Order: sequence, then C-alpha cells, then structure tokens
Amino acid sequence: MTALLEVSGVTVSFDGFRAINNLTFAIQAAELRAIIGPNGAGKSTFMDIVTGKTRPDSGSVTFGEKSLSLLKLSEAKIARAGIGRKFQRPTVFEDQTVHENLTLALKAARSPWAVLAWRKTAQDEDRIQALAAQVGLGDSLDRKAGILSHGQKQWLEIAMLLAQEPRLLLVDEPAAGMTLAEREKTTELLVDIARTRAVVVVEHDMEFVRRLNCKVTVLHEGAVLAEGSLDHVTKNQAVIDVYLGRG
Amino acid sequence: MTLLQPRHRSALIFIACLAVFTIAVTIAAHFGLVSTSFVKTLGKTLCLCLAALAMDLIWGYAGILSLGHMAFFALGGYMIGMWLMYARTEEIVVASLLNGGLPATPEEISQGIATQIFGVVGASDLPAIWSFAYSLPLQLALVVAVPGLLALVFGWLAFRSRVTGVYLSILTQAMTLALALYLFQNDSGLRGNNGLSGLQNLPGVTASQDAVSLWFFWASAAALAVAYLTLHAIVSGKFGSVIRAIRDDEARVRFLGYSVEGYKLFVFTLTAVICALAGALYYPQAGIINPAELAPIASIYLAVWVAIGGRGRLYGAVIGAAIVSLLSSWFTGGRVPSIPLGFATINWVDWWLVLLGLTFVCVTLFAPKGIGGLFDRFAGVLTPDRKGAPLGPDDGSLMEQEAQK
Repeated sequence: MTALLEVSGVTVSFDGFRAINNLTFAIQAAELRAIIGPNGAGKSTFMDIVTGKTRPDSGSVTFGEKSLSLLKLSEAKIARAGIGRKFQRPTVFEDQTVHENLTLALKAARSPWAVLAWRKTAQDEDRIQALAAQVGLGDSLDRKAGILSHGQKQWLEIAMLLAQEPRLLLVDEPAAGMTLAEREKTTELLVDIARTRAVVVVEHDMEFVRRLNCKVTVLHEGAVLAEGSLDHVTKNQAVIDVYLGRG
Repeated sequence: MTLLQPRHRSALIFIACLAVFTIAVTIAAHFGLVSTSFVKTLGKTLCLCLAALAMDLIWGYAGILSLGHMAFFALGGYMIGMWLMYARTEEIVVASLLNGGLPATPEEISQGIATQIFGVVGASDLPAIWSFAYSLPLQLALVVAVPGLLALVFGWLAFRSRVTGVYLSILTQAMTLALALYLFQNDSGLRGNNGLSGLQNLPGVTASQDAVSLWFFWASAAALAVAYLTLHAIVSGKFGSVIRAIRDDEARVRFLGYSVEGYKLFVFTLTAVICALAGALYYPQAGIINPAELAPIASIYLAVWVAIGGRGRLYGAVIGAAIVSLLSSWFTGGRVPSIPLGFATINWVDWWLVLLGLTFVCVTLFAPKGIGGLFDRFAGVLTPDRKGAPLGPDDGSLMEQEAQK
C-alpha cells in the first residue's frame, strides 16, 4: 500500500537557517497522525510546504495514487487536489453567516464562471445542515461567523474543511483555547474523521495527543526525531532530552 | 416568490425609485419644467452612478481599491466618440462635396473626413486606430474590447505578482496617468488635448437635442437598472460570497481551493467593462471628451463617491455618486452665492473641493457606513461589537463600523 502523502528529503532554509532539514514523512489514506515538537521544530513550515505556501529548496512532495508532485502547484490547486488546512487561530469569514461559510467550502467547481452559474441544490442544503449539526452549529446557520465563540469558530472551520471533502486534513493546534468539554468533542470529531481520510494534527498539548491515541511523529530542528506510539516516543531518550526534558 | 425575499428588498426598492425618478423627469421635460441641459446633467449623473456601481463591486465587495477605473470609463467614451465624430463628419463632407456638382469618390470622402477631423492637429490622414470608425457595430464592440483587454492585461500582470493594497492603488493611478499623458500627444491618433468633440450630434438623426437628451437619459436609466439587477444577483449569490471572502482574508480563500488571482482578474475586467459602457453613454451627453478625463483625480473621485455613499452596498454607491456629483456640478456651476466673511470670501467654485475633502475625512472617521448607514439606522441594523477589530486580516477588509451585525 502506497502512502497518500509522501514527503522525502525536503530541505528549506530561511536566510541560512534550516527550518526543515532533509525531512521524510509519509501518511496513509486513512490514518490519524499527531506531530509534536518544540517551538521552531518546523511543524508550521512542514504544513506550509505541503499546502504550497512555502517552496522547499530541495526534496519532493507527492500526493495521491498518481504521485502528483505538489511542488509546482499553487495553493488553490493543492486545495482542489484534496488537501485541507486548518490554521491555529480560527480563520472563518467573519462578515458572513455560518451558512455562507459552509457554502463557500462545499465541494464544487471553483472557477469564477462555475461559481456564477452555481445554484444550491436540495442535496447541498442537506449537506450544509448535516455538517452544521455535526459540529453543533445547527441552530446558528443564519448567524454571522464573527459573533460565534472561539470554540464555535474552530468547529465551523473544521466543518468547512469537511465540506471541502479533502483526502488529507492538516490541523494546526485544534484544541488551542478550548474548554475541556470542547476538547473532548474535538478529539471525537478528529478520530471520527480519520476513519475515512488522513488527518495530521500538529499539537503542543500532550494530554490532547494522548487522547487522540494515534501514531506520533516527533520533529526536532526540521527533521524526524522519533516515530511511533506516544508511549514509545516518550521513552525515547533523544525525545526526552530535546522536548520533554524541558518540562 | 423568490424576488420578495428580504435580501432582494433593496434591489426592488431601488428599481422602483429609479423608475419613478425616470418617469418624473420625463414628464417634467415634456412640460418644459426642466431644461435640456439639466436633463443631460441627470443622464450623465446616472452614468456616473453606473461607474460607481462598478467601483463598489471591486472595492466594496472585492476589497481592491482600484484608482484607475475612470480610465476605462474615458476609453469607452473615446471608442463611441470615434464613430460619432467620423459618421457626423462624413455627413458634412458628403454634403459639401455634393455642392461641387459631381458625385464624390470614396477617396475624396475619406480624405475630406481625415482633413476635417485631424486638421486641428496638423495631420490629414486617418490613423490606423480609426480603421473601424466607419462602422457603429464594430466601434461598439471596441467599447467593450479595448478597455476590457487593457484591464485583462493590466490585471493579469498586477494580480499574478500578488500586488495588493496601497501598491495596487498606486499602480492603477500610474496606469490612468500614463494613458492620459499618451493621449495628450497629438500623434496618439485621438486629436491630442483637443480630444473628440461634437459628440452630442447623432449622425443621421434630425430630432432636436431636447429629444436626444431624453433618449440618452432613458438609455442611462435602463443601463443602470440592468447593471444594478445583474450585480445584485452576482453579489447576493455564491460569487459575492467568494469575493467578500477575498476582501477579508484572501489567504484563507486560497486554501479553500479558489484561485484568488482569477477572481480578482475577473472582477477587475468585469468592472472595467461596466465603466466603459457607462462612459460610452456619458460622453455623447457631455458632447466632448479629452485626455483630462483620464486624470488620476477622476478615479479618486469615484472612490470618494463610493466611500461617502457607503461601500459594500450597491445602493450606497449609487446614492453617493448621485448626491456628490450633483452637488459638485451645483457648487462649481457658479450659481451658488458666495459667503462674505469680511476678511475673506468663500467662493464655492474654489471652496467646494475643500468641503468635499472635509466631508470625505469626516465620513471616513465618524460614519464609515456612509449615507448607506442611515438606512441601517432606520432598519435597526446594528454594527457588531468587535472592540475595534476588523473582520479580516487584509488591507481592504471590512472595518468593524462598516459591518452589519
């Protein structure tokens, strides 16, 4: 079985500083993976590379069965190829309603002409209702996203990602700023999503990672330091030295 | 009835108001209550409202502060002006050659036209860009094609390089200035600083200017109505949602899979074409067009109108353009009495610009919703309480006070 996403030998430098150093990483089509690592380990840069925001100096990034190279594609094309990204801070369109936000994200042709001709079908409406209900925003469809609480915005963004129907989801610190109950719900959501697609979660919070109960990749200085279950990597001496040892 | 949904209410009210206004002016003109020149002023104002609609789409909805759209407006005017001037001159030349007794040859006619039109800049040949001026359909096609292509090429270069915010505004100012300077040259082929004149005389039409001014008034009103309904349909649908999203946070839109540059280019070109059509209706009413019409200040006025009317709402742009441009022609018409202050006299022809500038600053500072905000107040629509935070990270994003709760 080949991997859905394969990153191999990728290196990126910013002004001489090697943010990513010969990084190799692969994820299967239906897998939940957590990436942890201290600040500056290259977690965000890794996401930037996969989503096309940053171009690596060397290495290759391929996606899907046809091993599509992502290095030459624009952000929009990568997104259309099936990679969704959730930022650390909730980024929803605050001047638009929850319904409009979800409509924007709904999988459909993305060209200006196609969007001009787009008409909402009953199916689309059902899908929007279902997604909103799934993240607990069923009653808030007509409210502007800007007045939602922080946690609700995070969920709206997750629902938008689902609406895109990506094959790979990159999620940056989904639990940041959430209450305990919200965290539990987010965990359930992510585990559930990972049954049908690949999910990569970048997280600082060890408790949250433990709840995800999945394979963990530890990044350090732009390279993979260790990989395996959380218990396995936390016993790794190198990991303890660079990450956990700092308390 | 989908048309009766609340979100379509503003469009219905607008069309009703426009219809009532058009009928009222027509009746008043019929009974001689308004002068022909005033009908022309009103018709021209409607064209400016149309340009403001386009400005609102690109700035208010897509967040791109283009300060060059009046260049497209003027180009549209030039394109229709070429046909008007050519065809009108042809009539005169043919008539005068007939007096000579013998029927004129096509060469004599075209030579006569060229001398008539270009004698003023010391040339006697028709430049190549006048090749299609003999044909109304071809020249009408150029009204759309020339500004459209210019916008397409300019926009492609600018957006592809991801030029945004104030840099893009400066670039568009440079574009309109460069175009104006080019047209000022006598060998630009459009009569240099003389521009094109006599555009109010329609070739082959013997009706009086009273009638012609009304025709153009109706055409302008119809164009405004059609454009308003079309743009309303566009902005209230998913397309509008996409461009508002681009205004507030374009990086996020990219990660949703939309080609932000493609959308910007689409909107830029569409609005350029709307401006060009507005210009093609405006200049036959104005009667004359010259390169001064492409001055950078003209496009800045356009932005000021939309800001005063309230950006991000179509009726706001129309109201802003109508009120400010009518006030402007009233103040600069020299009929407003000066105010003697003893030590100085406020002469409104000079001081109008100061007043306009102050109004603009005050609107920006104290009433960012502009005149459109008054309607929100009547309708009880509040602004969200965001502790001063704008609705997105981008330069053009909606500010807290501009938003509706």
